[in-house]
Amino acid sequence: MKGRKLFSFVLLSLMVIIIWLPIWMMITGSFMGLTELTERVGAVLGYGEGYASWSLLPDYPTLKPYVELLLDSPGFFPMFWNSCFQVIPGVLGQLLIALPAAWSFARFRFRGKHALFLLYIVLMIMPFQVTMVSSYLVLDRLRLMNSHFALILPMIFSTFPVFIMEKSFQGIPLALIEAAKIDGAGELKIFLNIGIPMGTAGIISASVLGFLEGWNAVEQPITFLRDKALWPLSLYLPSIAIEKLGVAMVASVITMMPALLFFLFGQRYIEDGIVASGIKE
Amino acid sequence: MRKKKSKLQRRETIAAWLFLLPSLLGISIFILLPFLDAVRRSFYQAMGKAFVGLENYSTVLHNEAFLLAAKNTGRFILTCIPLLLIISLLLSVMVVGQKRWGDFFKVSFLIPMAIPVASVALLWQILFQNKGLLNHLIIKLGGQPVDWMNSNYAFAILVISYLWKNIGYDCVLWLSGLSSIPSSLYEAAAIDGAGGIAKFRFITLPALIPTLFITAVLSLVNSFKVFREAYLIAGSYPHSSIYMLQHLFNNWFISLDVQKMCAAAVMLAATFVVFVLMIYRMGKSGVEE
Repeated sequence: MKGRKLFSFVLLSLMVIIIWLPIWMMITGSFMGLTELTERVGAVLGYGEGYASWSLLPDYPTLKPYVELLLDSPGFFPMFWNSCFQVIPGVLGQLLIALPAAWSFARFRFRGKHALFLLYIVLMIMPFQVTMVSSYLVLDRLRLMNSHFALILPMIFSTFPVFIMEKSFQGIPLALIEAAKIDGAGELKIFLNIGIPMGTAGIISASVLGFLEGWNAVEQPITFLRDKALWPLSLYLPSIAIEKLGVAMVASVITMMPALLFFLFGQRYIEDGIVASGIKE
Repeated sequence: MRKKKSKLQRRETIAAWLFLLPSLLGISIFILLPFLDAVRRSFYQAMGKAFVGLENYSTVLHNEAFLLAAKNTGRFILTCIPLLLIISLLLSVMVVGQKRWGDFFKVSFLIPMAIPVASVALLWQILFQNKGLLNHLIIKLGGQPVDWMNSNYAFAILVISYLWKNIGYDCVLWLSGLSSIPSSLYEAAAIDGAGGIAKFRFITLPALIPTLFITAVLSLVNSFKVFREAYLIAGSYPHSSIYMLQHLFNNWFISLDVQKMCAAAVMLAATFVVFVLMIYRMGKSGVEE
């Protein structure tokens, strides 16, 4: 019994190393000077001879790539702000729209509710490619193509957060709502004073998952944004690698940071969100 | 009394619809109506308003790129999902056994989910490119270098990066399924003299069947996002073994082949609905057994 536990510990640790290794390499790589980086991986990008190599720690750690990115890479910041402009309103809008909808599904009984909820689930699991052409048709008609709104609006009406928050609203004890009703509270008041505070876990988990999804989006921006000046980091990043290796490494790490921080901050809630998306109706 | 109750009920119904309205309106405008429009267009000619029946569908189904992409996507899904389900289940069972380190392992497995694909695209190139780290290692070990991204190995690389990204997600689902199995079952089995493997086979597995189907559906949904890796590493026209439906849609979009896209989107949606319904049906009958 003891031996088996040790065996699985070793195996799990090995998996963890495999998973952490790329992240470790990115972070240490961002502290390598351009000379070291070019020497090590220049061959991959078409300059330099031989094969790429790597070491666990940089030989000559330096902050120079970070300074260079901050001071002398005018291209980076617009992309960073593009990402923010597209994701933050998207997440806030999602909450504004999905919160009352989730409340409606969790709190009330009305005719057609089950069919509608099923529709929301179906929309949730459809891959982007299914709605790609139809989204294009409507965005084009509204003259929103090639603008931040082309990403924000479809994101706002995603049904995924409705699903997650509905689950957390369902956990609210009915007695609490009944008591508020006896005190004469209206439906809006119940929603604002009981629903939202009690559903915080669901709200956080939906926003963190929504943020990660938006920050990592690739399909939507390549489809709806023609103008490269509007591109978010997730799309722009791979295109700078060949020109500026050192900066590309740092930019990759900086792109990763908000997502990683949000993840660590909301890790408990993310798990709850994933589990909630797994509970069947 | 009765009248009063129905009045109350009516008020609740109105409130329910009011809460739902913004979402429903947005979904109708941005998803449902446009999709119906796409369905309509899939039966019509591009410029003219002529009804062409199933012609667009037949064009798509005879399109070589479509057949290749559909085949690759199907192959990818059928390879990845069983692999992911099995590996993540085994890891989850092992994680449960590790009391002190269990949480650390779980969080570690989940982290790749947060890492933007764009951030690792550069690293994937450094690893798998012709002159990359992996080939360097192979040469040092005395083997022959392989052009990973421009050969049939590209498919394997894509499978690995899908696994890397999704293992944690599935582990969380499995772990929640595992934690809902009452420990009294295991204790009773232990008294009856059941060993570890017998317990796994006769208690754990049957109890996990509902989780299995849900995890499969969510893994299917996530499998479509592997396009990000494929696109950011290999571009619009990657090696033919990883040319997926997602690439095809993207390329049709660039050439504004709206008719083809509409027909293909309708077929993709239908396939998805059928697939998911099938999985749910199987899950239900599995539970009833």
